[in-house]
Amino acid sequence: MTHAVSNGLLASDLVKNFGSVSVLKNINFSMNADEAVGIVGPNGAGKTTLLSALAGAFQLDQGSILLNNQDVTEKCASARCNLGVVRTHQIPKPFDGMTVFENVLVAASYGVDADKQTAYQHTLNAIQLSGMEHVANRQAESLGLLDRKRLELARALATQPKILLLDEIAGGLTEAESVQLVDTIKELRRQGIGIIWIEHIVHVLLQVAERLICMDSGEIIADGEPQAVLSNPQVVKAYLGGGIE
Amino acid sequence: MTNQIIQAILLGGYYALLACGLSFMFSVMKIINLAHGSLLVLAGYLLWFLAEHYHLSPFVGLLIVTPLMMLIGWALQAFLLEKSARGGELLPILTTFGLAIVIENLLFEHFGANTRSLAPYIGDLSWQSWELFSGVYVGKTSVYILVTAIIILGSLQLFMKKTPLGRQIRATAHDPDTAGIVGINPKKASAIAAALAMGTVAISGLALGVRGVFDAYSGGPQLLFAFEATIIGGVGSLWGTLIGGIILALAQTIGANIHPQGFLLGGHILFIIILLIRLVLAKGGVSHRMKAAFGGAK
Repeated sequence: MTHAVSNGLLASDLVKNFGSVSVLKNINFSMNADEAVGIVGPNGAGKTTLLSALAGAFQLDQGSILLNNQDVTEKCASARCNLGVVRTHQIPKPFDGMTVFENVLVAASYGVDADKQTAYQHTLNAIQLSGMEHVANRQAESLGLLDRKRLELARALATQPKILLLDEIAGGLTEAESVQLVDTIKELRRQGIGIIWIEHIVHVLLQVAERLICMDSGEIIADGEPQAVLSNPQVVKAYLGGGIE
Repeated sequence: MTNQIIQAILLGGYYALLACGLSFMFSVMKIINLAHGSLLVLAGYLLWFLAEHYHLSPFVGLLIVTPLMMLIGWALQAFLLEKSARGGELLPILTTFGLAIVIENLLFEHFGANTRSLAPYIGDLSWQSWELFSGVYVGKTSVYILVTAIIILGSLQLFMKKTPLGRQIRATAHDPDTAGIVGINPKKASAIAAALAMGTVAISGLALGVRGVFDAYSGGPQLLFAFEATIIGGVGSLWGTLIGGIILALAQTIGANIHPQGFLLGGHILFIIILLIRLVLAKGGVSHRMKAAFGGAK
């Protein structure tokens, strides 16, 4: 589903090949900056590659990406971050050798043009919002999985994103931990941050996503209201081989 | 014996100063800069040139040469090393090896085979000394070099730990891709780090020139001492570099005591022993053990 967006993302005809493997095949996608979009699909569908493409992790073989009507196709990840598009990783990648506070501070200092005092305030807000006050002075490499995921989120939030790209942030968490994480993401929605969230745990995703996209073999096979997408026969066949609970 | 230990510590300060830039580039950019020795000889020649032709004291000349070397460092990273690093871990090593040969031959072509020294341009300081206690003297330049090494290493440590730019460089050193997605420009951060490393190389060039003589091909031995001090002290630890330099100098002193020609051999033997110990203690396969021995494994 694509349409011109004056305030949001517009990706047109995205193509990415890794060698002879075609990972993104003419992806067309758009979202408003205040939307929450979930992306589902089987492993190898191209979900993370799409997220990486939107975040500027690599150059596309073809296609264009507009952010608020500005062409960002050639812009690197740091420039896109400065414009408000930030991603988290499926496998958390904290900066080892730094405390949680330093990890978030470095993002607050460079993710957005902020003076020292503002960067500190953004850092404190992001740590508080992510529920990491109790571990703020711990070395990042000593954290458990939930706190590492929270740190990914806190670091992204410190850059003052307009659109947040979440890659399986609930993966590997317990039910109770997922509930905490969803509460945090709901708070971000209340603050007007747009979200694109890849997640295999569909019932967690549906607590936040207002729109669902399903990908398979590098293509978008369904896009729309979540229940309609989940009941789409093509999605059922490609994703589960059966009904989605 | 006390005298020898004191002199070894002072020599260790010189090695630490030599190793400072090499260690910084290795730990931050993961680049073994084989042109390090040649670059510090270049800095020495620049200081000599300013002193000889413009009568500038090498200490004043440092105010010109340091920013110039920083500019060279920035340009090397931005236009040469960053591009060669895309070709894998080996390519930057070959690139800096080639760069060392180019620098050496250009210096030889321009300045000839004569040795140079900065000592004549620093007045009495080159031979003055303090008497610590009965019969034990320490050269003033050696003490100043040790103090300079401590100040530079301490300043770099503080800079890396306490400043936003330092945190930016640390984040880039750990994971340039992740640094990019939180708004850091990894290329810029690495270029700044290279500039800083070359700034310390300028000061090392001064130390090289005031301690003795140098010629176009003096870079090799300086690189060797810097490399051994860095590895002995542990890559990534700036204070470790100081300790590594002192341990290397102590080993050389012990070697010289055992045999008149054992000075260099003492350092090399210690270096190899430390490498072997790390290889044995490290876990994992051969590749991981090799990286751990040289300080590259995480």
